[in-house]
Amino acid sequence: MGFAKWNNFWRGAIRSKGLIGLAIPGLLFVIVFYYLPMLGVVVAFKDFNFSDGLFGSKWVGLQNFKFFFQSDAAFQVTRNTILLNLSFIIITNVLSLVFALLLVGLSRRAVKVFQTTLFFPYFLSWVVVSYVTYALLNPQLGVLNHLLENFGFDQVNWYLESKFWPYILSLAFLWKNIGYSTLIFYTGLLGIDKSYYEAASIDGANKWQQMTKISLPLLTSLITLITLLQVGKIFYSDFGMFYFLTADSGALYQTTDVIDTYVFRALRVSGDIGMASAVGLYQALVGFLLVVGVNALVRKFNKDNAIF
Amino acid sequence: MNAASKLPWGKWLTLAWFTVFSIFCIIPFLYIVSISLSNESDIANYGYKLIPKHITTHAYDFLLQSPKQLLSGYGVSITVTVIGTVASLLITTKLAYALSRKDFGGANSLSFIVFFTMLFSGGLVPWYILIKRYLQIDDSLLVLILPYIIMPWHVLLMKGFLSDIPPALIESAKIDGAGEWRIFYQIILPLAKPALATVALFIAFIYWNDWWLAMLFIDNQNLIPLQYMLYRIMNNIQFLSTSMQSSNISIDITAMPNETARMAIAVMAAGPILFVFPFFQKYFVKGLTVGAVKG
Repeated sequence: MGFAKWNNFWRGAIRSKGLIGLAIPGLLFVIVFYYLPMLGVVVAFKDFNFSDGLFGSKWVGLQNFKFFFQSDAAFQVTRNTILLNLSFIIITNVLSLVFALLLVGLSRRAVKVFQTTLFFPYFLSWVVVSYVTYALLNPQLGVLNHLLENFGFDQVNWYLESKFWPYILSLAFLWKNIGYSTLIFYTGLLGIDKSYYEAASIDGANKWQQMTKISLPLLTSLITLITLLQVGKIFYSDFGMFYFLTADSGALYQTTDVIDTYVFRALRVSGDIGMASAVGLYQALVGFLLVVGVNALVRKFNKDNAIF
Repeated sequence: MNAASKLPWGKWLTLAWFTVFSIFCIIPFLYIVSISLSNESDIANYGYKLIPKHITTHAYDFLLQSPKQLLSGYGVSITVTVIGTVASLLITTKLAYALSRKDFGGANSLSFIVFFTMLFSGGLVPWYILIKRYLQIDDSLLVLILPYIIMPWHVLLMKGFLSDIPPALIESAKIDGAGEWRIFYQIILPLAKPALATVALFIAFIYWNDWWLAMLFIDNQNLIPLQYMLYRIMNNIQFLSTSMQSSNISIDITAMPNETARMAIAVMAAGPILFVFPFFQKYFVKGLTVGAVKG
């Protein structure tokens, strides 16, 4: 920057010193808790130990990555993360879209009541939800096994049978998030100009035609935006859900172990900080590329919907 | 569908469908409440039932007999939630306000700096090392508060709200000689009350429901928040009995209402949010809506 430019910069800064003062505490937190850890990703290339610290620990090149990618875990956790997230995205979005379309036809009061009840599970922490699933799935006392018994089926030891868990987790995710997701689509529907519907019904269009010819097309951009945002986050998962609902049962890892739980265990249980950080960097990089890629796609599709 | 939507029963069908689904949403939690009000021996004999054979508050009485552990959990959770929410709200709003000012030269680049953290993060491990080895705030109340003070999404949400304040108001205050800080405290904050309520609710919700920070950083028994205590109880049935023993009250361990007491604690941990939620739902919905639209 030239001298004149710097001069302008400083003059501007002095003029808005009040605003800068307001922003500084917040920016400090952003830098410390978000940007310093970004620099810290170099730990993935080191043999980290706490006493030597980040700077003192030895460089080991790609060894941490090699260890992870040569194990079976790499494929398993990547597959689980992507497939489970895809299942959550599809099931929850389709159902909440249907719910939102149905809600629009109801009276304000009915909408309010249902909104409250659908929203209710959203406010429970995953720990509390794990108590709920435990009450349902407990092998001896659980509600589900009692039902199975009453109908003459064999009981299932839920916490040891991995094949059921993709369904259980999808249901739990739906249960907790349906209220939130429905609300977003419902708000989108409310934003559609009423005169379209009036004109359509004067022309004799029925509710079904109005839904498919007006509501859905006008909602498409919101639907793509939300779906693509979720796809961009497909490498991340809600740790609490996977850790608490499954009771961290090793027998279930085959279908429930995701990148986040794997990293947590590597860090806290096996204490393999090097590998934990290598997997974390893999997640962050691929996740970032996905977001950027998805955004480029959206931009191509419809510029207004791009996130940045 | 054609005919159905014209006839009232189409509407009834929709109502019925939502009623069924609403029940599906609430029943699982009612099980927890019901178990907590059941008789321990009924549970052993018949399993978990939606309607208790005998209703008893035995589990709650038992917990309240020696409430030290529970009170400490509540104490930590309430302290963290109150201090965290106030501090986070203030710092978030100040930053968001500066970013919302169109006449602030750095607003755009600083907004991007905040936004970028939503796209890329260093991941768990560097963050963990930073807190444990360099900030050295682990095993203290601070570690339960500081990491969540600034959430990028809250900053952007708040910025969205504050952008709606007419610049003319700020201009005229400036002409009257008010400085930025005075404008912020005397004009912006009172005007932004609904936005503050919304974001405060989001923040409080995060602090109250958090177990993650405690799980990573807390060893001291007296600093365990309610949600993490709940996890430890689930993880270890013996937890209750050992904490009872250590509190020097003689209790017949075999008479301990394990199953029912556990569920009673779950109810007590979820309780406060569920009481508060109906009153604040309006704000919450508003915040989510703005967030969805302005993204």
